[in-house]
Amino acid sequence: MESVTPILEFKKTCVSYTKQTMAVKYVSATIEKNTITAIMGPSGCGKSTLLRAVNLMHNLYPNIRVDGEILLNGENILTMQAIDVRRRVGMVFQRPAPFPTMSIYDNVLSGFTLNGIKLSKAEKDATIEHCLKSVALWDEVKDVLNKKGTFLSGGQQQRLCIARALAMKPDVLLMDEPTSALDPIATKHIEELLLELQKEVTILIVTHNMGQAKRISSKSMFMYLGELVEYSDTETLFSNPVDERTKAYLTGKMG
Amino acid sequence: MSTLKIKNRLYRDKLMLWIVCILAALSVGPLLAILGEVLLRGYDQLSWSFFTEPTPTAYKAMKAIEAGERIPGGIANGIVGTMIMLGMAIVIAVPAGILCGTFLAEHSNSRFAQIVSYLTDLLQGTPSVIIGIITYIWVVVPMKGYSAFAGSVALCIMMLPLIIRSTEETLKIIPASLKEAGLALGGNKARVMLKVQLPAAFGGIFTGILLAISRVIGETAPLMFTALGCSHIRFSVDKPISAVPLLIWEFFNDPNLQELIWGASLFLLLFVLTLNLIAKYLAKKWNQ
Amino acid sequence: MNDKLYRIVLFATTLIMPIVCGGIVYALVTDAYDAFEHFGFLKFLTSSEWSYTQGKEQYGALPFITGTLMTTLVALIFCIPFSLPVALFVGEYFKGTRVASILSTVTDLLAGIPSIIYGLWGFYTLRPIIIALNISPQGSSVLTASLVLAIMIIPYASSLSAEFIKMVPNDLKEGAYSLGATRAEVIQKVVFPVAGSGIFSSYVLAIGRALGETMTVTMLIGNTNNIPNSITSTGNSMASIIANQFGEADGLRLSSLIAIGLVLFMITATINLIGKIMIKRARIS
Repeated sequence: MESVTPILEFKKTCVSYTKQTMAVKYVSATIEKNTITAIMGPSGCGKSTLLRAVNLMHNLYPNIRVDGEILLNGENILTMQAIDVRRRVGMVFQRPAPFPTMSIYDNVLSGFTLNGIKLSKAEKDATIEHCLKSVALWDEVKDVLNKKGTFLSGGQQQRLCIARALAMKPDVLLMDEPTSALDPIATKHIEELLLELQKEVTILIVTHNMGQAKRISSKSMFMYLGELVEYSDTETLFSNPVDERTKAYLTGKMG
Repeated sequence: MSTLKIKNRLYRDKLMLWIVCILAALSVGPLLAILGEVLLRGYDQLSWSFFTEPTPTAYKAMKAIEAGERIPGGIANGIVGTMIMLGMAIVIAVPAGILCGTFLAEHSNSRFAQIVSYLTDLLQGTPSVIIGIITYIWVVVPMKGYSAFAGSVALCIMMLPLIIRSTEETLKIIPASLKEAGLALGGNKARVMLKVQLPAAFGGIFTGILLAISRVIGETAPLMFTALGCSHIRFSVDKPISAVPLLIWEFFNDPNLQELIWGASLFLLLFVLTLNLIAKYLAKKWNQ
Repeated sequence: MNDKLYRIVLFATTLIMPIVCGGIVYALVTDAYDAFEHFGFLKFLTSSEWSYTQGKEQYGALPFITGTLMTTLVALIFCIPFSLPVALFVGEYFKGTRVASILSTVTDLLAGIPSIIYGLWGFYTLRPIIIALNISPQGSSVLTASLVLAIMIIPYASSLSAEFIKMVPNDLKEGAYSLGATRAEVIQKVVFPVAGSGIFSSYVLAIGRALGETMTVTMLIGNTNNIPNSITSTGNSMASIIANQFGEADGLRLSSLIAIGLVLFMITATINLIGKIMIKRARIS
């Protein structure tokens, strides 16, 4: 057995919207470095909520509480500055949303601009080329870098958003159903891309689509009603689920 | 990134929040200041006679000031004039505005309706002093004299675009299903409009009418060249007439009557603000 | 009522609008014609003489055009530092909260105060301050009028700007936050650029309001028929010269005042049209 390096650890993580309702209940799990971990579950099971807790998105909404611990490289992010955490944990959302007022070029660099980091022209060009190549968008857009990102197709826009997140060199990349707004071909492109990207970054992906989880992830979580029901190798989870609820979900009796 | 730089950015973030809050809070200042000043200087002038008696002559006022007494009289002539002119303006502007707004809502795609829509914006943005000039040319000159009628025409022109807009916008957000249900029951368009759509839009249109009234009731400039003003209570339509804002303007310009400014202003301000608040309350209630 | 009659009645009533607007232009043009013919259109706009001595009558609109542009511009400069924070407060920082709705109610009420009362407040409260600060000896000046004008247009600029700021998609803001931006950075680099054209158009409409404002300016600007040589000197705006002299004017002077009205009408109409078109564009994108 090769040794595993934990990069992200959930320790009794809870997220509550109001005092009574808990969207995520006491989740504990360890995420390994350079893997793709899929989080599955029926809608409303708290999978997106858990994901958004990792880069402190919940801090934006004063009535949401996050309890327990989430460790990034051993440090509890819940006690860290949000802007610091978010630079180390990138996020890609359900609907591709490149900044409409910025060119493709500026969109990739937006993380730096937003953080007030100045780069030299050479650094900028290198970052652009590297990031767009790693999302396999370079060949398609290298001649139109000054055009607005919103002119691209949905799949291209989503890849641009991934490039935007990668530019900050995050340790972890969170993806919240990144292909749910895309057509099957664009989805396939993104999936292939993610398999490549796991060499660079640890990916945590929320997905509705069991096939997708099976195709790309090495580890899978199944969540139900805010609880982490089962977490194991993707293969094991699909072929030999332990919990009745996981079985029901996988056989389509739920969700 | 260094901790120092992060601290710096967080500091600037906080600073911006504080600046926004402070400047936004300061923007409330003028309303309080104006309300406060008018209240403090005007409240002791309000009495029964202030609303039932016409403006005193400058001579009477001067005598009273010399004797150290309160200036006699009030603003009854202004109130009566405002009510008469407003009443006539409403009688014309409300039905015309509603019909015109209905037309715009029903034919929103036609070229003619689009042009009328632009004209409505144009009229709404026209400075009130120009409405005054126009009414002078249209009404005062041919009728060979200032009159309450001319004043009401000016107010009517100013109310029209406001009522048209509110009717149009309200009708547009009424669900199409309502209209379709009415038509499906066999009603013709006119009947469905009168019995189903307009009643459903009543709240929004009524709010628009209240706002239109509050907007024109304090208008001074267009009345200066049309209604002119009059120092006693008058009910005739074809003669010059006073109005509350016109009186304020007169008091402002006549040193002997200056004491009366604040009572008249307080009355006008409270009236307008109350109308505004009622309209806002109704709009909120109606939106739910 | 049958459908045909209904349609005829609607259409006939709607004809009021083109008739009224056409009538406005027609009346202004015909009555201003004398002045333009006597002085020449361009000469009228560029002459700064305004004297009504019998026999040596000379009327030019330049002082009043300058006065209007100056008061509007200065008012805009004083308005922005307050209206923009109000818009951010209502549309972003405290969006949807009770405080925000109170603040927007208060600014709406500011829009409802009659302009003559603004004028009184400016005259009795602000003017003494201007005198005490030794800015202008009588206290009446372009600056005095502009300051009150600035307060008057805050609600117009802020409520529309807030609407556009509210419309910035949450997706974009979360995207920016996820890259590590602070709220201030999100506002500067995402909210303002995205809502920019809408915010700009709301200021265009606010300018439209300020250009034609009559009573406040008349009561505070000092009413002198010269080109103001600084913002602390007195002057007259297009609207205030009309308000001041229309009642006593006849003949060529009346025609000249109407000509000024026509120019004012054209300027405000153009500004409003530009503003409305910009708002429509901003709403669509």
